[in-house]
Amino acid sequence: MSAVSTASIRPASPRSRVWKEVIFQVVCILVLVAAILMLVILLAGVIIDGMSRLGWDFLTSYPSRFPERAGVLPAVVGTFYVMLLTALFSFPVGVAAAIYLEEYAEKGGFGVAWFSRLIDLNISNLAGVPSIIYGLLGLAIFVRTLALGRSLLAGALTLALLVLPVVIIACREALRTVPDSIREASYALGATRWQTIRHQVLPMALPGILTGAILALSRAIGETAPLITIGAITYVAFLPDNVFSPFTVLPIQIFNWVSRPQAGFHVNAAAAIVVLLPILFIMNGVAIWLRNRYSRRH
Amino acid sequence: MRLLPKRFGSRNRGERWIELFLLGCASVSILTTLGIVGVLLFETIEFFREVSILSFFTDTQWTPLFAQKHFGIWPLLAGTILISGIAMLVALPAGLLSALYLSEYAPDRVRRAVKPVLEILAGVPTVVYGYFALLFVTPLLQKFLPGLSGFNALAPGIVMGIMILPLVSSLSEDAMQAVPRSLREGAFALGSTNLQVSFRIVVPAAFSGITASFILAVSRAIGETMIVAIAAGQQPRLTLNPMVPIETMTAYIVQVSMGDTPVGTLEYKTIFVVGMMLFLSTLILNILSQRLRARFREVYR
Repeated sequence: MSAVSTASIRPASPRSRVWKEVIFQVVCILVLVAAILMLVILLAGVIIDGMSRLGWDFLTSYPSRFPERAGVLPAVVGTFYVMLLTALFSFPVGVAAAIYLEEYAEKGGFGVAWFSRLIDLNISNLAGVPSIIYGLLGLAIFVRTLALGRSLLAGALTLALLVLPVVIIACREALRTVPDSIREASYALGATRWQTIRHQVLPMALPGILTGAILALSRAIGETAPLITIGAITYVAFLPDNVFSPFTVLPIQIFNWVSRPQAGFHVNAAAAIVVLLPILFIMNGVAIWLRNRYSRRH
Repeated sequence: MRLLPKRFGSRNRGERWIELFLLGCASVSILTTLGIVGVLLFETIEFFREVSILSFFTDTQWTPLFAQKHFGIWPLLAGTILISGIAMLVALPAGLLSALYLSEYAPDRVRRAVKPVLEILAGVPTVVYGYFALLFVTPLLQKFLPGLSGFNALAPGIVMGIMILPLVSSLSEDAMQAVPRSLREGAFALGSTNLQVSFRIVVPAAFSGITASFILAVSRAIGETMIVAIAAGQQPRLTLNPMVPIETMTAYIVQVSMGDTPVGTLEYKTIFVVGMMLFLSTLILNILSQRLRARFREVYR
C-alpha cells in the first residue's frame, strides 16, 4: 500500500543536483556581468581620459600637428553632412523597395515571382557582406568610374548602399505589422492600391519605419572602413562647402589619432570618442524606445 | 490581385507607373550585388594576368608593397583565421551561456534590463573597440604576458569576441525561444532539473539555430576591420602565434587605402583580390548560416 515512498520519486541525489544548478547559474551570471562590466570599465576609462581634453576649443578647432591644439570641427561637420546625404539617398529607395516587396510582389503585382524572390534572397545576403567590401565597390564605381573623387557625395552614396539592406529589412517588418483588414477596408471604399498604401498602410507603419531608419543611420555613423577605402582623407583643415568637397568624419579622425604614437593624440582620440558615443547612444535609445512603445500597442 | 477594382483605366495607368518606380528601387539591391561581383571579378582577373594563381596559393610571403614582391595569400589568411579563432573562443562560450541564462533562467525583469545593454554593446563603433584593444587591453595583458608585443593578435581577438558576443547571444536566444514549451514541460514532468532541460532538451532542439548564429559570428569576425587595423599591427606573417604583430585581409585593404595608390597598378589590384577572398569566404558562411536557420524554422512553427 505504501509501496511508493516519496523518496523513490525524488531524484537520486537531490543535493548535488541543486548544487549543479546553483553553480551553473552563478557561472552564467558571472559571464554576463563580466561582459557588461568590461564595457562599463572601458567606457569609464575613455571618458576619464577624454574629459581632460574635451572643451569648446576641441569642438571648434581644426586638426593640427600639435595634439593640444587639434580639434574635431571638420570631422563633426563632415559626419553631419555625410549622415544627411546618406539618409537622403537610402531612405526613399529603401522604403520604396520595401513597399514593392511587401505590398506588390507578395500580393500579386506584375513583377515576376522569381524576381521578387531573387531580390529577397539578395538582400539578406547583402546584409552579411563586410562593410569594407562596400568601400571597394564605392572606390571602383563612385570614386573612379563616375569620377566623383574622394568627395562627400561618393562617401554618402557608398554608405547609402551599405545601410540599404538594413532599411529595407526593418521597413518590411514594419509593413508586415499592418493588418490586412485595413487594406481590405480601404479597397472596399474604392481606393486604389497606391492610395491605400499612401493613406492607410504607411501612416500605420511609420513608427516601425522610423525605428529602422534611425538604427540604419546609427550604423552608418560609426562606419569607418568603407570610408577609408574610398579614400576619405584624415587631415582636413577646412569645412566641406559642397557635395564634391573632400571630407572626414569622426570615426576616421579617431582612427587617425589612435594610430599615432604620441600619447597626446591618444587623449584626443578618447575625447573624440566621448563626442561620438553620446550621439550614437541617443539614436539607439530613441530607436529602442520607439520600438518598445510601438510593439506594446500592437 | 483579386481585391483590386478593375475599372478606372487612367487611375490604373498612374498606379502602374508607381509600381514600376517601386520595382526600380527594389532592383537597386540587385545592382549593388552585380556591382560588387563585377568590380571584384574584373580586378581579380586583371591581377591574375600578372601573377600566377599557383604562386598566389603556394607562396608563403605577402609583400606587394616591398621592392621584392611576393603574392602569397597565406599570411593574410593565417592572420584572419587566428584573430577570428581567438574571437570565437571568447564569443561562443560566453554567448551560449548568456543566451541559455536569458532564455531558461533569467526572471523577466533581468531580461528586460540586460537585453538593451547587449544591444548597446553591439552598437559601439568598431573604431572605439580598436581604441580599447590597443590602449587598454594590450597594456593590461602585457602585465601578465611580458612577451606580448605592442601590436598582437590576442588583444584585438579578445575585444572582437566581446563585440560579437551580443550577436551570438541574441540569435541563439531566438533559436532557444523557438523550442516549443511542451518539450520542456515534458522533461520537467519526468523530473528533470532546469540544467538538464537546458542541455538535454533546449540546446539539442535549438542546435541548428545555435550553429547558424555561430557561423554568422565567424563571418562577422572575418569581415571585421577597424579593431585589427588599429591593434594587430600591419605585418603579414605566416604564424599562429598570438603574441606577435600580424595582418588580416581587411587590415591589408585599409593599409593600402591609407596610402595614395594609383589606379591600374598591381598594388591597386591586390586590394580587390583580397576583397574577393573576403567576399567569397563570408558569402559561403552566410549562405550556410541561412540554410541552417531555415531548417530550425521548418521544424518548429
